[in-house]
Amino acid sequence: MARPPQTEAELVARYGPHVNQAPPGGWNAGLDGIDREVPTHCCFCGQQCGIVLKVKNEEVVGFEPRYDFPFNEGKLCPKGVKRYLQGSHPDRLLTPLERAPESPGGFRPIGWDAALDRVVAEIRRIQGAHGADAFAMLSGVSLTNEKSYLIGKFARLALGTANLDYNGRLCMVSAGTANKKALGIDRASNPWSDIRVADVIFVAGANVAECAPITTSYIWQARDRGAKVVVADPRVTPLARTADVFLGLRPGTDSALMGTILHVLIARDWLDHDFIAQHTEGFEAAAEAVREYTPAWGARVTGVPAKRIELAAELWGTSRTGMLLHARGIEHHTKGVENVLACLNLGLATGKFGKPGCGVSTITGQGNGQGGREHGHKCDQLPGNRDITNPEHRKYIASVWGCPVDDIPGKGKTAQEIVNAIHDGEIKGLLSICFNPAVSLPDTSFTAAALQKLEFYAVIDFFLSESAYYADIVLPGSLHEEDEGTSTSVEGRVIKINAAVKPPGQARRDWEILLDIARRLGKERYFPYRSTREMFDELRVASKGGTADYSGITWERIEAENGVFWPCPDMGHPGTPRLYEGGRFHTESGRGKFHAVRYRLPAEVVDDDYPVWLTTGRVVSQYLSGTQTRRIGPLVEQYPEPLCEMHPRLAERLGVRSGDVVRVSSRRGSMTLPASVVETIRPDTVFIPYHWPGARAANQLTQRALDPLSKIPEYKVSAVRVDRVGPGAVPIDARDVGLTERAR
Amino acid sequence: MSRLASPGEKMFVIDQSRCIGCKSCVEACTECGTHRGHSMIHLDFVDRGVSTQTVPMVCMHCEDPTCAEVCPADAIKQNEDGIVQSALKPRCIACANCALACPFGVPKVMLELEQMMKCDMCFDRTSQDLAPMCASVCPSQALWFGTAAEFAASRAGVLVDEFVFGRQVVRTKVYTVAREPGPLTVLVGGTQRPWQDDPFGLEEGEDG
Repeated sequence: MARPPQTEAELVARYGPHVNQAPPGGWNAGLDGIDREVPTHCCFCGQQCGIVLKVKNEEVVGFEPRYDFPFNEGKLCPKGVKRYLQGSHPDRLLTPLERAPESPGGFRPIGWDAALDRVVAEIRRIQGAHGADAFAMLSGVSLTNEKSYLIGKFARLALGTANLDYNGRLCMVSAGTANKKALGIDRASNPWSDIRVADVIFVAGANVAECAPITTSYIWQARDRGAKVVVADPRVTPLARTADVFLGLRPGTDSALMGTILHVLIARDWLDHDFIAQHTEGFEAAAEAVREYTPAWGARVTGVPAKRIELAAELWGTSRTGMLLHARGIEHHTKGVENVLACLNLGLATGKFGKPGCGVSTITGQGNGQGGREHGHKCDQLPGNRDITNPEHRKYIASVWGCPVDDIPGKGKTAQEIVNAIHDGEIKGLLSICFNPAVSLPDTSFTAAALQKLEFYAVIDFFLSESAYYADIVLPGSLHEEDEGTSTSVEGRVIKINAAVKPPGQARRDWEILLDIARRLGKERYFPYRSTREMFDELRVASKGGTADYSGITWERIEAENGVFWPCPDMGHPGTPRLYEGGRFHTESGRGKFHAVRYRLPAEVVDDDYPVWLTTGRVVSQYLSGTQTRRIGPLVEQYPEPLCEMHPRLAERLGVRSGDVVRVSSRRGSMTLPASVVETIRPDTVFIPYHWPGARAANQLTQRALDPLSKIPEYKVSAVRVDRVGPGAVPIDARDVGLTERAR
Repeated sequence: MSRLASPGEKMFVIDQSRCIGCKSCVEACTECGTHRGHSMIHLDFVDRGVSTQTVPMVCMHCEDPTCAEVCPADAIKQNEDGIVQSALKPRCIACANCALACPFGVPKVMLELEQMMKCDMCFDRTSQDLAPMCASVCPSQALWFGTAAEFAASRAGVLVDEFVFGRQVVRTKVYTVAREPGPLTVLVGGTQRPWQDDPFGLEEGEDG
């Protein structure tokens, strides 16, 4: 019975999050006598910035900017600067744990053999009684390519389950689906250096400054050359503040905005007719779909003044080069795929593909969001971005794996559907790694109810995440800096992650744990690896001939060339920084496909009971569900708790002043939190960041409505009501105490 | 305009307009070898209720530093490179004269150390030809370190190193950036983009 064994307060007291403030030994321990400096990459977002970790006495004690890595040239966001404080952490899990309600903190340490025997016995029991697919696995894309590949193979061949999916389902699947439909390949269209040479940069639904901070410098480099910036967002984000044109649209109306822009491009003939004729198909249907989408119509639907939409269209349509960058702001929708397709239409209509400074790209959010989804822990894919339902693809992977093709299960359920099936009782057992669904999935009370219904739940993690509260067995895995492998960045650049230290205590590398489970399940013949490098070499073979072809990439090449861009089909191939050169797309016809995108409403719309739009997102100092960043003191201090951003007009109507506590309620749940009254958000919309668990979770309010194709949840649009509860704690303005500072 | 000793000398430039408020500089500053655990950078919202504009502030390293002039203990020294240093620990009486007098609001009095500390331009790094921590990590390069030629080749704007506070004229080693040449009155504010007065078109109306 997977229930939290203790109250949340008791679990927090024992397992944290406690905050690490200073490096091992304290600030005064100094950095003399550093044993080694390890060049590697940040463990957090898809920018995958280069960083050098400093190691002393087998602990990571600090960092140095990695000036020689070309993507970021030393630059780091605050998460990167302080990431080293996740090491040597008081909350670190050092032994396997077993649920034991009578023990302090609800778990007791057990040995590895006992823990793994229990895991394997439960897998066998559940699969024996309810079928192979009744045991599911959830994975995540903070993991390297090697581990992602291993997990894809492990779930299919060791567990034998179809039900493997990953937390990228909450991230870039809408973009991936749309890119495959329209362009034939799921990858950013350009290397980031192309941003520098674009004449217009259109940022749609991407809080670049906070969620992909290093990209800001690329955009500014373009502006230094005179480039114009257009930003579409319901909030005036730190980058939007400086935009030449700001489109402050209503949540959920992105496809209407993009459709109106296409309408204007057509009406004013700001089209690249040659490109449309030679390199695309489907233009007429796409044009027909937006025939009625006049600027006046667009203004009514989106709330953006018509003149601004026309100005944005003019900048995009008349600039020789341009990059459209989008992220979760347009992708976390029940029409996430349509929103991306509407953006791709704008690129195809103006010929902005396959040339320097031209492209439409998603800003992949998670560390290895790009590589992770290519190599097999997505429920519908096999390595190399292959389709698990395609007989030829299955046959090839079976030949690489040395298994009968029928031993590879078919397409499984997506992440939210797995949790829905757990709630329904169809899935009885779960193994998760690198995924914190209790915080990151929408409608947290539903997720909690589902996890409580599991007959058995095993978690591999380095800290006791809020999802692990529900676990029967917790297996202590490895931090990013404790293992080596490769990752694929936002640009499609395959890079090398180097190990700085070994896992502490009895903690083990994630892949060693999975191999041990596979061995105990009697499947060791498929998992003969002695190192992650051997997995990479198999991955190269498995990806060969797929769209995400890594076969020409070696660890040596990655180190020597500061990363290699896939596809890279042979050792002599230089890699492919820019896709679609010469207007050659990867669709069957070789043409870029327009799609007819008609605007439709989000799953939930505001009404008299829930009259305010809610949109959710991130802050710069926290990362995703916060398992790591809520344990790093300086990052917690930057933004200690969620705030509800609202416009003064809404605040006035509600009688709310900045700092007052408000209750935000939706059809799923409600939460109380302080209000931050700011003119930088639409008056009909409130914003809450989602990094916190329990009573502070924004996902108490969000809903499980999914995009029909990508199955991404609609985090960006909910209907809520907001009420004032009372005054908040006395606000302390940091500026009042700035003159003097207490030494830490 | 530039008073750099040699064409190869690197200068520190603050372009506040680029700041995204991420506090990377603040966090990185605490990693500096000479004041570990303490950030010497100020980073504040101008007025969060109205805008996301933030302003990072390092020591401007004035030619004639006001902080040193008002120090009753003669504890604040300028080195041969023009770097104004934290107060000398044996001399500093933590009176906060410097903190009150600095026209840029830079020095901080560390209560428990009974010492004024401030940005020393990372002399532990710059002396080894490394960029200061803050300018190294700054994601938007609002904080920038390089030569005048590199600036001219890659960055827009005009360098400013002379500031007028009432009757006091202050020349600084650290530069800031103006969009256009000529005097700039900060009280009036810089050039704004037309939409910024009404980001959501509330006055324009949706058809406007």
